[in-house]
Amino acid sequence: MKPCYINSAVSISAQDTLDNSNFLENTISFEGQLAKAIHPNYKLFISPIASRRMATGVKMGIAAAKKALELAELETPDAIITGTGIGCIEDSEKFLNAILDNDEEFLTPTSFIQSTHNTVGAQIALTLKCKGYNVTYVQGAASFESAVLDGQLLLHENEAKTVLVGGTDELGKYLINDIILAETAEKQPITTPFGEGAHFFSLSQSKQNKSFAAIKGIKIFNKATTETINIKVEDFLKDHDLTTEDIDAIVLGKNGDTFDELYQTLQYSSFKSIPQLHYKHLCGEFFTASAFGFWTAANIIKHQYIPEVLKLNTIKKSNYKNILLYNQLKGQQHSFTLLTSC
Amino acid sequence: MPKNRVAITGMGIISSIGTTVEANLHALLNSQKGIAPIVNINTRHKNEIKVGEVLQTNAELAKSLHLNENHNYSRTALLGCIAAQQAVKHANIDTIDAFRTGLISATSVGGMDLTEKHFQNYNAESLKLINSHHAADSTEKIAALLGITDFTSTISTACSSAANAIMLGARLIKSGQLDRVIVGGTDGLAKFTINGFKTLMILSDTDCTPFDANRKGLNLGEAAAYLVLESDAVVKQDNKTVLGYLAGYGNANDAFHQTASSENGEGAFLAMSKALKVAELNPEDINYINAHGTATPNNDLSEGKAIKRIYGDSVPDFSSTKAFTGHTLAAAGAIEAVYSILALQNDVMFPNLNFKTAIPELSMVPITEVTKKPLNYVLSNSFGFGGNCSTLIFSKN
Amino acid sequence: MDALKKELKESIIEQLNLEDFTVEDIADDDTLFGDGLGLDSIDALELIVMLDKDYGIKLTDPNEGKAVFVSVEVLATYIAKHRTK
Repeated sequence: MKPCYINSAVSISAQDTLDNSNFLENTISFEGQLAKAIHPNYKLFISPIASRRMATGVKMGIAAAKKALELAELETPDAIITGTGIGCIEDSEKFLNAILDNDEEFLTPTSFIQSTHNTVGAQIALTLKCKGYNVTYVQGAASFESAVLDGQLLLHENEAKTVLVGGTDELGKYLINDIILAETAEKQPITTPFGEGAHFFSLSQSKQNKSFAAIKGIKIFNKATTETINIKVEDFLKDHDLTTEDIDAIVLGKNGDTFDELYQTLQYSSFKSIPQLHYKHLCGEFFTASAFGFWTAANIIKHQYIPEVLKLNTIKKSNYKNILLYNQLKGQQHSFTLLTSC
Repeated sequence: MPKNRVAITGMGIISSIGTTVEANLHALLNSQKGIAPIVNINTRHKNEIKVGEVLQTNAELAKSLHLNENHNYSRTALLGCIAAQQAVKHANIDTIDAFRTGLISATSVGGMDLTEKHFQNYNAESLKLINSHHAADSTEKIAALLGITDFTSTISTACSSAANAIMLGARLIKSGQLDRVIVGGTDGLAKFTINGFKTLMILSDTDCTPFDANRKGLNLGEAAAYLVLESDAVVKQDNKTVLGYLAGYGNANDAFHQTASSENGEGAFLAMSKALKVAELNPEDINYINAHGTATPNNDLSEGKAIKRIYGDSVPDFSSTKAFTGHTLAAAGAIEAVYSILALQNDVMFPNLNFKTAIPELSMVPITEVTKKPLNYVLSNSFGFGGNCSTLIFSKN
Repeated sequence: MDALKKELKESIIEQLNLEDFTVEDIADDDTLFGDGLGLDSIDALELIVMLDKDYGIKLTDPNEGKAVFVSVEVLATYIAKHRTK
């Protein structure tokens, strides 16, 4: 597939990332198990009559999407592609509670309507009156990457000139406690907090004034082991006429659990002499946390600078041209993403 | 002839009218509907609604998959595994990774049937079920069963989900990213969805009547269906029997309302128009339309208007098969893809059951009897909440 | 009747999450849907449940709501006449 260009990158996360004036300066560290997002004043993005029904994830998503379009100076994209792992869990929980509390009586539709996974993508389309291609991916930790891959494919096929892609996940209030409980019972549980956030990016087929990085390639795969991961990465790079030598930094989705050995395998072999970075200690673990990693990598290319807080080693490079991202969750939903300067 | 054709070489299905492709065809040809009062779910509304339910219990479905009793499969995963396994077998695939093979599944309800039983009440025993909640879980289980290690993804665009899964699979083959993709969708019935649709006041208390002037709403259903899509190269190399081709696809957003379709069916019109363009066909090339036709007042009027915007008064033969299966939500696009292929293979159109009177604004009369006719192109619509509209076009050659 | 109207305004604000509204902002004869308060078909379904839950009035067809939900005035008159609780 042909590369495509990134014209804006917007993050709403547990860090102060929406304000573009700083790049991960003064980050917060977390004591507890939750890393809740820092919310902007949503009234700046969404009318009160529209926002009255929206849960956290929908508001985050619309605000991030609107900002991404604004920064890219794009009014309406040709396509809107969204990823979410857990979906609109706040409204799902609300409707589940209503079913249980009232024994299926006196239920109202709002939380059900807003609980469907495509709510964010649909609300963005509705807000922008965008009638173009619109899909929502729900592939766990590869939800955001599925959206990016589809976006790149649309641009490659010449089905669109501009695409808005993004990922959103919200913590919710109830299920997360049991998810944490189940995780704590694991032998080597996730050590980063659980987080939430919304990340949106404006992509284009051709290089524009605003373009500051390009997506060279993306690969999603379902299975890999410490024995096969090196071959997988070499094959992926080969598909793009690159070798491990060409990579200037690797961004890893480490979360402290037993599956970190997959990342370690790459750290100790193919990529041992280049800058190695992590980010989930900053944004928390959630299904679309890798979009925070993507935002980070795009910004490193833009600023040609790696914030200290991301570094896993002390190696520096004079130039950050090709950055590779690798993410997986519990040994499933693996993805490689290759960003490059443009 | 367009290059890089996408062949369909296998199909699998489990629905309220049958647990195999053959059983579904038999029911369609004999007007045997699968709509009845609900059995497997104990809901307060059981006397007020009728559904298209797969009658096997979870235990029976699990047994047919040889799962041990301690499994954590949602109903969505169980149905999906059964249908996907059939499709791969039907396509005579021995070694799944002999080619670059992907899986794209669709679901809207995911593992909600498990979550709603244990929500806020998980214990040491049931806590293992919590990771089955999210939508990708059923897809991962299907991938594990089929041995798929390459591209795997899940789509959720409400009731158009499976059509979008089929579309992405075709695009990945056409662009040379994959050689073979198993595509489709699965949704089990759950209290969550029954109550959700109930609050929207669009559930019929009797057999649904698509495109009828007096339609009262939809019957919910549950089902799973998958297709095996293969590239020309795979078909040639393995000398595969081709059941039909995916000739065109279109996706658009109605951008009108979170749940309702626009009055002039804008999204539906755009999706159909795009699909015709991709297939390089004129509207009159379509021999039969398998309509979305949920039997809600809003959908059927809006879809009918969209069809009329394309065809004027020369609307091709059309019917909705929702009165057989109920509305199977995220699976619907795949269920109706199987029915579209069956129509092409057998040169037959399936009846729109329960129809009596045309909608006055449309004067459109669907096919109401099993009707034989040579078919070359079948168009299938799937529309969902959030304005997500998709159209697929299947061809015989 | 005035008490019922006030009660209805409070319920509407709460049920429909009209965060920026107070009881004083809604006049008895304000149009609830369309140009008035800007309510839509989803709100109508919410109000149908409110009628059932709070006043024991069952509407089975969403279209019936259109004539009832014109304004707080009309709604209050309808409830006073048909309420079973």
